[in-house]
Amino acid sequence: MVDQDFINTLLLTGKLAGWTTAILFVVGFPMAYVLAYRRFWFKPIIEALISMPLVLPPTVLGFYMLVAYSPQNAFGRFLELHFNTRLAFSFEGVLIASVIFSLPFMIQPLQNGLTSIPKSFRETAYTLGKSEFTTFIRVLVPNMIPSIITAAAMTFAHCIGEFGVVIMVGGNMPGETRVASIAIYDEVQAMNYHTANQYSFVLFIISLLLLTLIYSINGKKKIFF
Amino acid sequence: MLKIDIQKAMLSAEGKTNLEVCTEIQHNELLCLFGHSGAGKTTLLRILAGLTKPDKGRIVFNDTVWFDSEKKINLPPQERNVGYMFQDYALFPNMTVEKNISFGQKEKNKEEVDKLLELFDLEILKNQYPEKLSGGQKQRVALARALAAKPNVLLLDEPLSALDFDMRLALQHEIRKAHELLNTVTIMVSHDLQEVFHLASSVITLKNGTVTNVGKPVDVFSTKLSECKLKMEYYATIFQSQSTKSFIN
Repeated sequence: MVDQDFINTLLLTGKLAGWTTAILFVVGFPMAYVLAYRRFWFKPIIEALISMPLVLPPTVLGFYMLVAYSPQNAFGRFLELHFNTRLAFSFEGVLIASVIFSLPFMIQPLQNGLTSIPKSFRETAYTLGKSEFTTFIRVLVPNMIPSIITAAAMTFAHCIGEFGVVIMVGGNMPGETRVASIAIYDEVQAMNYHTANQYSFVLFIISLLLLTLIYSINGKKKIFF
Repeated sequence: MLKIDIQKAMLSAEGKTNLEVCTEIQHNELLCLFGHSGAGKTTLLRILAGLTKPDKGRIVFNDTVWFDSEKKINLPPQERNVGYMFQDYALFPNMTVEKNISFGQKEKNKEEVDKLLELFDLEILKNQYPEKLSGGQKQRVALARALAAKPNVLLLDEPLSALDFDMRLALQHEIRKAHELLNTVTIMVSHDLQEVFHLASSVITLKNGTVTNVGKPVDVFSTKLSECKLKMEYYATIFQSQSTKSFIN
């Protein structure tokens, strides 16, 4: 008989990763498009900021998110006054932090996918009278499916393994912020190695399946990082 | 009529140059832009298509101003209605031959797509994807797609450069067919003198961004010292072309 807490924790982990991937898909595509095709002087700064989570300790971002969520600061005060909401130690707070921390895992594969499509495809579509949006939907997106799958799978896989940001922003609240990676740490602390092993095995299998999917669709071509 | 008077700073392998072109292209003309690499041929074609913005000048097609630096007019490619064929043909890999051609249409019309498929001998290939096509077949699909939009001007950037000699001769016929069907201005970039003599009603030679000669191919090239050699090449080409045609037939 599988423990209900175990199921709930895994479902919460999936919910966080699923929402993060979905939000980043909507937000990340326009950002990747702009970074791939537009030139502006502060583009390197934006690219550096998006890539920061690749090198920054998750606790640093988590710390700043906590500071931002605090009602003593402008953003937290605004949320409390207008929406009667506190994001610290809540699922929504963890979700926002997770979206920010997973940005490069979505944007970089999408940006690489867009730049790998020959410029002549877009320009041909324009000369045939098609708008940028029509060109994007009918020419670019269908010709970068592997990059889209890579972006979604990388974001999801990274998200289910996220630890530092979640523990800083969300703590360890069962049913609210206690995701599988936190539960493993918690169970080990309590010397429940069997349960820790169950969580670890599930995460290991999911991550392996997602990475196998990415490598099988991209063949030997590494289109991320 | 297409009136061009533009300037554009360019970076070539030989350093900074300035593309300066001032000419008028008559209706129904098939003009070849001839010159070495880096002369500005493709840049001029891209400027006409609205893909590259000139530094200053004016481009007018019939009564429509496409570009006017003084009045700050610069129509985007979507509003110029030009057919542009790239060197790599830019066929969309996610679409079949038929879909590639119908993508070029302003309004969907299956009968016209069928006509183009028939005209360019593509009926049997209509459900094939571009990756399965040969270079010559790709060229015909790209031409058909460019014509599907019923463009005001047809712009061809070295359309035959990726093909072998025999295929080039055979497909020159397709380009002439496309030009005649469109009954408007066609401008083609070429390095190849044989192509110029075979296809062009007029030619502009470019060197380091500057127009060095304008006129009919025979007039433009006869002034050179190599006149005799060129004429021999010309007759040899005709001879080879006839041989190829009889071989094809």
